[in-house]
Order: sequence, then structure tokens, then C-alpha cells
Amino acid sequence: MKFGVIVFPGSNCDQDAYYAVRDVLKEPVEYIWHQEHDLKGVDCVIVPGGFSYGDYLRTGAVARFSPVMEAVKEHTDKGGYAIGICNGFQILCEAHLLPGALVSNDCLKFVCKYVQLTPANLNTPWTNQCKNGQVLNIPIAHQGGNFVCDQETLKRIEDNGQVILRYCDEAGRVTPEANPNGSLNNIAGVINERGNVAGMMPHPERAVEKILGSADGLNILRSVIEWARR
Amino acid sequence: MAKVKVYVTLKPSLLDAQGRVVQTALENLGYGNVEDVRIGKYIELEVKENGQTLDTQIEEMCRKLLANPVIENYRFEVTE
Amino acid sequence: MLIKEPGSKTVSKNTEPIAPEVYREMGLIDSEYQKIVEVLGRHPTYTEVGMYSVMWSEHCGYKYSRPILRLFKKYKEALEGEGLENAGVIDIGDGYGIVMKMETHNHPSAVEPFQGAATGVGGILRDIFTMGARPIACLNSLRFGPLDDAHNRYLFENVVAGIAHYGNCVGVPTIAGEVVFDDCYSGNCLVNAMSAGIVRIDDIASACAKGVGNSVLYVGSSTGCDGIHGATFASVELGPDSENRRPNVQIGDPFQEKLLIEATIEALKTGFVVGIQDMGAAGITCSTCETSAKAGTGMEIDVLKVPRRQSDMTPYEVMLSESQERMLAIVEKGHEDDVAAVFKKWGLNAVVIGHVTDDGLVHVWEGDQLVAEVPAKSLADDAPTYYLETEEPEYLKEVRCFDLTKIPEPADYNEALEKLLGSPSIASKEWVYRQYDHMVQTNTAILPGADAAALRIRGTKKAIALVCDCNGRYCYLDPFVGAQIAVAEAARNLACVGAKALGVTDCVSFGNPEKPQVFWQFKRAIEGMAEACEAFDTPVISGNVSFYNETPETAIYPTPVVGMLGLIEDADKHCTPEFKREGDVVALLTGRRITKDSESDPGFCAVNDLGGSEYLKVMHNVVAGQPPALDIEAEKRLHTCLIEAISSNLLSSAHDCSDGGLAVALAESSIGGKLGVEASIVADCSASVALFGEAQSRAVISLPPDKLGELGELVEKHAIECTILGKVQGDRFKIDVNGVTVIDREVEQITRVWKNAIPERMEGRA
Repeated sequence: MKFGVIVFPGSNCDQDAYYAVRDVLKEPVEYIWHQEHDLKGVDCVIVPGGFSYGDYLRTGAVARFSPVMEAVKEHTDKGGYAIGICNGFQILCEAHLLPGALVSNDCLKFVCKYVQLTPANLNTPWTNQCKNGQVLNIPIAHQGGNFVCDQETLKRIEDNGQVILRYCDEAGRVTPEANPNGSLNNIAGVINERGNVAGMMPHPERAVEKILGSADGLNILRSVIEWARR
Repeated sequence: MAKVKVYVTLKPSLLDAQGRVVQTALENLGYGNVEDVRIGKYIELEVKENGQTLDTQIEEMCRKLLANPVIENYRFEVTE
Repeated sequence: MLIKEPGSKTVSKNTEPIAPEVYREMGLIDSEYQKIVEVLGRHPTYTEVGMYSVMWSEHCGYKYSRPILRLFKKYKEALEGEGLENAGVIDIGDGYGIVMKMETHNHPSAVEPFQGAATGVGGILRDIFTMGARPIACLNSLRFGPLDDAHNRYLFENVVAGIAHYGNCVGVPTIAGEVVFDDCYSGNCLVNAMSAGIVRIDDIASACAKGVGNSVLYVGSSTGCDGIHGATFASVELGPDSENRRPNVQIGDPFQEKLLIEATIEALKTGFVVGIQDMGAAGITCSTCETSAKAGTGMEIDVLKVPRRQSDMTPYEVMLSESQERMLAIVEKGHEDDVAAVFKKWGLNAVVIGHVTDDGLVHVWEGDQLVAEVPAKSLADDAPTYYLETEEPEYLKEVRCFDLTKIPEPADYNEALEKLLGSPSIASKEWVYRQYDHMVQTNTAILPGADAAALRIRGTKKAIALVCDCNGRYCYLDPFVGAQIAVAEAARNLACVGAKALGVTDCVSFGNPEKPQVFWQFKRAIEGMAEACEAFDTPVISGNVSFYNETPETAIYPTPVVGMLGLIEDADKHCTPEFKREGDVVALLTGRRITKDSESDPGFCAVNDLGGSEYLKVMHNVVAGQPPALDIEAEKRLHTCLIEAISSNLLSSAHDCSDGGLAVALAESSIGGKLGVEASIVADCSASVALFGEAQSRAVISLPPDKLGELGELVEKHAIECTILGKVQGDRFKIDVNGVTVIDREVEQITRVWKNAIPERMEGRA
């Protein structure tokens, strides 16, 4: 599967995502500059973390108007895969490719730490390599990861199985204490209705090798490769 | 040249964590009568007339970029 | 093109004298002004005197510290040789070098903590990537007054937020640091930002303006009036009017910095950049005169070409502005567009503002008006240096004769331990490092909270470890020994993760050097540090001096912070401080060899080891005695043994035994591993000394029982001591001293105390 990593001015997890795909997953990958109109034929777009355009105004608000986002929209409209990680998730929400929005953490501070996640729906392009009840150890690093949406939307995405990951404790229990940022229903990741677009605040690309403390992020990244192969 | 003042606020249905902290701080300073604090953004634009209706243009700017309708409300004033 | 009117080739000989109150206000003294007049052969223009005042301030010109800093071997060699910048690289093999530097932002942070700390991070990062290195780590060393004071809490909260804001946005992990609280830092907080970068040894960039005719490219943010006279501001004591100096504080934009990092690294790859330097303190003045002085060239620039944020700026303001996120690049003639194109791709300014000349002079034009003409070398290198008087401070006599044997034993050792664990200087710093992105770049192999942080180096088997350290209280009691211990403890921290110390960057903060007692402290500390660095074979590759850290009420402790780099040969073989499994043997490694006369002393503390201890401060509010003795040779033996034991996979955990003594070291290993311990100490001293004394050259380790034999061989080989203390087991933290159980607590309870100390004080909740 050919991956493309978008580079916005201010992206800072682009090189990490690129490394994870090329050196750990051993799949082909290319950078795509934010002013490109063409996705160079990639199968899966990664919208990486960072502070695109300094996150000024609102996180992700400016980035969504980059020329490349037009191309990403066309790509996903045709069923192409795209995943937004952290700032990338914020950008995809701003671009209305994903439901809801991300606001400031309830503690108002930046939080960087390993958190535990439990998959909420295994039958998606992004979680099919996870096991039922599995607890994934993947870090977060954000100040605005508090997932919000209106009640109607919440009901819809919950009923549709569009919630793919939730924050949980070490035993896999979804509790308020395990919620690092105040997200509704402990939501850590969602997909669009079709399932080909995903967004998640935790960084799977940071948990790809034992020396980094965990390789659980590979479950997410390998899922899309497996899904496309089926 | 028109001067436009845009006010962006979080929707009332959303918890304003920053506002809550400021309210507590004000209480600690002895202002126990502050019932609520909502923090928003204030944006100033200087806009050249280009024949299009200014209001429609600003409305569009707000919806597209200056505010995120999923979480925010906005209003604006035009002064010359 | 600069317009050169025949008549305006030089500044008029008939310049008017500058009024004394004007140059004094800028920080120059009368004799310095006279020296400027001699150098120029005329009175300086207003712009020129401004340029001299910043370049000859202590902050840029090191006019007081330079004679003492020559004690650092590498510094002296560098001054005499090719210049400082090339000295700042440590070769780690495989073709890679590590550059690192630490710098204070004390004064700006005291006035505006958020921006002061943020721009401190920004400045130090630019020092790294203008050498052609990609920044891979940030560290910081912070000092504040006690947290029961609201203003100290405000400073702490905002300094940490400022560092987080900047470091997180630029995408450089903040992986380690230290935070210390003490009364003497009330009103004089210390904010030291450190950064390290990696570079192919062959690709190190120069900061020389070589090649007559080459173009001078201004790169980055536009210039505003911010920070004018920031460099001189850093060279005066803080007084009641410091708050009014707010306009001096620069505002940082980490987004611009991130673009600058990427653009600079890309621009250097074009091969057309001859030299490059950050515009930090003293802005365009410093970067133009330093780059030309280093190359022995001159430079002509036009201030009208400088991109500006404000329209009505004078040449004086443009030359002295300290607006952030700007750099000066010297570009091969004819290739200006190639280089500018890279910066423009990243949305940055890149404008030719002048060119390199051969006359050794910096000419500053405002259009067709010449506003300054000064010899680059005189600005950059000829700051007057002063051999200040030294005098041993009076207070030392008193604190040294304090009788430590008079200190009573605590009523309850459990409570004493909890008081220490709850002391913010010892307590968990999680509240701080949670706010820093310490994992971006995906190389962090040892996360914050360990003795040192480690980063694996991609493309090699290696990892580097980084740490910064200083015990100001020790330095107050004896600056020579205190500074040596700072070096020793940093190296010990590295050894505890399995890294061999390779080099040092220092960042030293003192009070007003014009006071002989303060200058004595400075001189003794640097002598101690220089001697220790030589003994450990860790050259000081860069550094920074900050004076005038005092208010009319208090001066800070001498605080010579050591930043140290270590190398782990095999990244997979590193060690962390927390206990790993039940049944492991817990032992104390001591560098000091037990001699025949002290056969009854199994390597624990003597009463003198309470001198300057955290225990004495926290329990008795006493800062007295002498710092613990340091035997550098013994210390080195301990480190070698630790590193070998870790690389042979013998150890489950290793933790430096320092602030708070053996009891605190054991507690931290226990808390980190969520595992209990049962330890017995047999000591020829009181229980408080055995538990809380801070004897040097010690580390707490744990290991599987079947590895004891192999460890014993190493211990014998390196002539150190290994004392078995007990076992990792259960969920209680239990210590016996001479057969009496003095400490017995649930691990969970001491964990709460240690973890909640800072959050409770900052947020009023756990």
C-alpha cells in the first residue's frame, strides 16, 4: 500500500509518520507538500500531527484551506483512505471530513503521556488487526484533544459504530479517570460514515518499536493495509 | 475602507474550561457575584469595498474560516 | 545596491560627543566610552554607541567572566585558535556529531515568565540549527522561590507553560531537566534552556562571513522594536522598576522557528551558504560584527533593506532590535536567489541587505546616509575585560563551623521521609514534564523521570543520554566542591542509565560580580568545574554566564549548572531507576573503598554528610556545614563499574543516590516500580545520617540474585564496594537501621506524597 504524508508549514510529526511507514512497516511512502494539487497516486493519506500554521485562530482551521486538502477530499470521496493523527484529526474535523470538533483539554494544559485505548469497533479499516477487549498502549501529546459534538451527532456516530477507539484504564475499563482530556464518551478516535476516513488524537506512529516503549500503534497502521488487501 | 469587528464565542452548550478557571480566579479575588464567564475571540478586519455586499462577504468569512460553526457562534459589526 | 556618495564614505570626524547620561543609561562606564573614542579616533554616533553598549555588556562581551573562563581548556584553545563555534561539537562516531548549548533567560523570565522562557528555548534552538545540526532534544534547568508564595507559583506556572508552548510547537522533544525550589530564588528565578542537535561531522556550518563580495542575507521574521537593549538588561540587577522594563521582553513565535529550522537545514544543503548565525542578543549588530570579525572581513549593510514590522524605526533601533526568529546568512555571490528560494518556499523573508568587504569595518547605511562605521573586531572581540577583586565571603566562617552533631534525631523517621518526598525539590516533576512533548521525533528511549533521558540515534546501534545538574546549596557552602559535585553527579546520572560521559555545556548564574564576595564564588566554582571536567575527560564545549541575579534583598546561591552528554554504545542495553521485579536483590554501590581504619564503616555516611543536605533544610531549616567530600577517582571507578554492569545486562535498575540520601533513592526506585522493598542498613552512625546523609559516589541498584556473582567480579575489578541492602518484595517500603525498623510505610502512601506535592501546591488538589 502506498502512503502519502502531508506536510503543512508547522507539521512536526510528518517525519515520524514517514519513518514509521518506510522503516517499520516497510511500505512505500512519499511526502506531499501542502501546495500540491495531486496526491501522487497514494492509497492512504496520513495527515500528521503538529501545529499547522502555528495552530493560530483554531487548531486546523487554516490548514484545511491548503490546496492539498482539495485533493484529499477528492481522494476520500472516491473511497480512498485517509487518517488524521492529532493535529491531523483536528484538520479533518475542520474540513468536515469527520464529525465533531476538538476543543481545549478540560485541564487546559498540554498533556504528553502514554494512555490506554480500547477498540470500540473491530470491523473497520483502522482496527481490524486489534482484538476484542485489547488494551493498546499509545501516547498522546496535545492541548486540544477534547472531542465534542452535539447530542444528535453523538447518538448517530455511536449507533453507526463510528467511534473506533476510547480511552480506558489498564484493565480496559472506560472510566472518567481514564479520560485524559474530557472527550465525550472517552472518544479517542472516530471514522466517517463510510469508514475510509479516520481521526485519532493518540499517536500510533509513536508506538511502533519496543525501544520507544510500545509497538501497539502498528495494530492501527497495519489494519488499513490488511483491509485493503481483503 | 470599512472597519469590521468580529466576535467569536463558544456555543453556550459547550463547557468553556478557560472561562471556568477565570470565574474561579475572580471569585478568589472577592468577586463572588460573577455568575458566568465565557471567553471568546475578537477579530478586527479592515476591508476595502469591492462592489459585493459587505455583510454577505463577512458572513461567508465567518462561516468558512473565522469561526467553526460546529462549536462556535459569531456576530460582527461594520463601522466606517 | 548601496549608494556611496564620495563625501559620505566615512563618518564625519566632527561628530559631537555623546552626553555621559546617555551612554551610562545604555550601560557603558566613562572609561569604556573613552576607549570607544580612542578606537574610532572620534566621538561615536548615537547608533555606534548603542552598538558598543550591547556588544561590550557582560552578556555579549563577557567583560568580567572571560579571564576566568579561560580556565576551561577547550575554551582557551578555541579563543586562541579557530573560534568558539567549532569547539562545540562532540564526535559520537559513525560520522555523527552532537552539538549542545545551554543559555539563561533569567532576567526576561522574571519580568514576563511565559515569553521569557519561550524565547529562551527559541534562542538556544537557533544556536543549534545555525550550526547545521537538527535539534533533537531540549532540556531545562529551573529555579524558583518556594511555592507557598503566589508570585513564585505564577512564575513557575508560566515558565513551564512558555517552555511547553515553544518546544511542543517546534517539534523538538523536551526530554529532561531539573527544577529546584529555594528561598534565595524568590524574585530571582533561574531559567536555563539547553538544546542538543545532531549533525554529520562533515556538514557543520560555519558562522564566518568569508569571501569578499558575498551577499549578506537577512532571513526570518521582520524586525520590530522588541527587546531593544535586552542584552544590557540582562547585565543589571533586578530592581523595583524591572516590571517597567516589559518592552524589553521579546515575543516568540515558535511557528516561524519551526519553519526556520526546516528552511535552514534545506538551505544549507544547497551548498551556497558560506556562513550563518542566529540574531540573538544584540540582534543585527552582534551577527554582523561577529561573523565578519571571525572571518577577518568587513561588512556593509543598509538598514532600509531590513524587513520591518514598524515603519518609523531609527537605524539605532534596527541595529539593536532583538526581535526573535531571525538569522543572518552569508551567501555565495550569484546564488542569492537559490538560497532565498528555499526560505521563500517556507514562507519566510529572505532579503539581501548588504555584502562582505575586505576592510574589517562594519558599515551601516540608512539609504545613502552612513550611520555607523566601526571595526568589527573591536566590537566583537575587544570588549574591555576586568580582573575583578575577589574576597572570601564572611558567611562561610559561620556556616562551616556549624556543629552537625547537635542536630537531634527525628521523632518519627517515617514522617521525616515523607517530608522529604513531599519537598517540591525532591518530589515528582511529572506536573512539569507532562506539559512537554517528550516523544516527538520518535527517538526517546528513556522518558523523563529517570536519572537521565536517552535518545536512540537512528542508523546506528547507539543512544545518547542527556542530563543537567547542580546543587546550589553545596555551591553556597563551598563553590569549588559544589561545582565539582555538579559535574560528578551529572556523570553519575549518565552512568546510571548506562552512558559514558563525553562532554559538558555549562550555564552558570551568580549575583553581582562587582561585589568581591560574589566574584570569589564565581572564580572558585569555575576552578572546581574546570578541574572536575578535566578529571572526567569531559571537555566544556560551550557555555553561558549570567550575573546580577540579585535583588536588593537577596542574592541567589552560586548556581553553576552542568549540562552533560553521554553515550550508550548499545541502545538496547540501557537502565532505568525503578525496581523491576520481586525477588531482585537491592544493593548499594559505593565508589569509596573501605580502608583498614574504617572497617566498621560499610560505606554509609558520616555525620558530615548531612552538610548542605535536603534533610537539614527541610527538617531544620538549616543551610550549613560543608558539602559532602568528593573523591573524583572513586567516583570514576563507580561510573565505570555501573556502565559495564549495565552493558553486560546484569542490573535490573540503577539510581543515583543524591538529594535526600539513601532513603529517598530507595523510595524513588520503589515508587517507580510500584514494588516494595525490605532493606537493612548496618551503620556506624545515627539512623538519620544513614538514611538521609548525602555522601557522594553512591548508586542504588537491583539485580536478579543469580547475577550477584558476576557483579561481584566487576566490583572487585574496579575496586569499589557493593553492600547488599535487601530484597524487592511486597507492597511495603521498609528500612531497618542496625536491627531496628525505622521506616515502614505502604508504597502507595509514599507514592501519593511524592506525586501530589507539586500538583497540590499548584492546583490546590491532587
